[in-house]
Amino acid sequence: MSWWWLLLVAVLIGLFGLYLSMTAGRLDALHKRIDTSELALDAHLLRRSSVALELATSGLLDPAGAIVVAEAAHAARTAADGDHRDAEHRQIRAQAESALSQALDATLDEEEIQQVRGAPGGAELIDELAASARRVQLSRRFLNDAVRACVQLRDQRMVRAFRLAGTSPWPQAVELDDSLPPALATG
Amino acid sequence: MSMRVGLVCPYAWDVPGGVRSHVSDLALTLQLRGHEVNVLAPVEEEEELPEWVTDGGRPVAVPYNGSVARLSFGVQATRRVRAWIREGDFDIVHIHEPLAPSLSLLTCWSARGPLVATWHSSHDRSRVLTAGYYIAQTAMEKLRGSIAVSEEARRTLIGHVGGDAVLIPNGVRVKDFTPDAHDRQRRRELLFLGRIEEPRKGLSVLIDALPMILNQVPDLSVIVAGPGDDEDIRKDIPEHIDRAITFIGTVSDQRKQELLREVQVYVAPHTGGESFGIVLVEAMAAGACVVASDIPAFQQVLENGKAGRLFTTNDPRSLAEAVLSVLADDAARRALVDRGATRAEQYDWDTVVDEVLDVYDSVRVQGDKVTEDLRGQALGRFAHRAAFGLGRRQGGVE
Repeated sequence: MSWWWLLLVAVLIGLFGLYLSMTAGRLDALHKRIDTSELALDAHLLRRSSVALELATSGLLDPAGAIVVAEAAHAARTAADGDHRDAEHRQIRAQAESALSQALDATLDEEEIQQVRGAPGGAELIDELAASARRVQLSRRFLNDAVRACVQLRDQRMVRAFRLAGTSPWPQAVELDDSLPPALATG
Repeated sequence: MSMRVGLVCPYAWDVPGGVRSHVSDLALTLQLRGHEVNVLAPVEEEEELPEWVTDGGRPVAVPYNGSVARLSFGVQATRRVRAWIREGDFDIVHIHEPLAPSLSLLTCWSARGPLVATWHSSHDRSRVLTAGYYIAQTAMEKLRGSIAVSEEARRTLIGHVGGDAVLIPNGVRVKDFTPDAHDRQRRRELLFLGRIEEPRKGLSVLIDALPMILNQVPDLSVIVAGPGDDEDIRKDIPEHIDRAITFIGTVSDQRKQELLREVQVYVAPHTGGESFGIVLVEAMAAGACVVASDIPAFQQVLENGKAGRLFTTNDPRSLAEAVLSVLADDAARRALVDRGATRAEQYDWDTVVDEVLDVYDSVRVQGDKVTEDLRGQALGRFAHRAAFGLGRRQGGVE
């Protein structure tokens, strides 16, 4: 074997190493993006439940609706504490947040919103609730998109064979009902 | 809460264009909301640059995405992008057309942190995937959130490149178009806007319909505004029809606004290729009655015919009937115009910007900043790793 064969092999190995290192870099960036997106979603969920609680205790809702929203919001807040990497905790939280969405949907119809908006301080609360709910939807959507991209990359043969993802846990999409009450969506 | 926002425009700032005006309108609206905005764009003439625009380097004319675009790339552009990111200290960087081989792609490559992108046009699968699949993929993965300006742009993104996007339509500065003449004071004129030789703009459909229209309304005049050689088109038009048409060539933005405020009817006979139809919104904002072909984008903008009259695409007879029906019935025309004005409000930048701000907020956490990504450079990778290792060791000692 002459020397240029060795050179060719060395170059190929070098290129392959560069490819592996760059792919590891991509994975690292994706995992960071997922972490940030999870933090953002967490912040907006907390914001939503605390505004919902504020609305429920403001005395602007009818008493029955107030209790339904207050309970759901409180449950969502309680469910937020815990290790978010734990599958069971994630599921419990997703259920609590979905329940809050449903409670808001059941309580805040067109009439109710008109009434709250009419009271002093009511319009701000409604706007804030709508804004935080919209941001929950957006950040969950963006998080799941990052998860999809990451899973796609981690499924590649090279990534698996060379364990490029290291010990990072397998990314999980967040599934919950974050729909907005229709009357709230139209502003 | 005021934010520092960096916007990246891939096309030359001095050349009028859809993406360029989108970026400048967005910048102005964000500034009105109290945010600090800086735009990075290729610049030809530095003299008349507003202080909130940063020169990203001299643009070069290159064939790109079906036409000639003026883009900036190369060593100098990369250096400017990196300096802009370092000095900008941005809370969010919003990149337009992230895969355009210009400042946009360079920014995707050189920045990390809260990055958001807006996809304006459709890209060919072949171009994106074969030319630089790995580069495109790496750049796209850094985008924390994507916006598409139309359903078509969104579908292209999902189908060809992969990834989800939120639909936020283009904004229009409705105030720039607000009419001063009411319907009854308007000239009995028909307006066509767009490149006259471009078949997809559908001028030939309108011309074929004119004999039928002029037969009923002989005093109607037609204004055709847009670049292109009218000699070619005129030689096939019969004399008595040609007399009714005035070709006025390319018009400025301001002249376009005036025209839309003066005429009674704006016709959009497009045969396809439109993903949104911003001119329709502008016409509605200006108080002109819109008559448009029933391509999906126009149906959507015109609320299936409630905010403007639709006709069968590519059918001169249907176009003629639609135009005659709005010219003949004053009450119906005014109803369309009123509905159109309300519809246009929904596309006002002041409304649209709220949705953009929601996206900004949904991708960042407290204290998040856009920083330079050194991993994009071969040497930087090692520098980054060394610095990281050093920092960790020092942290361990303390």
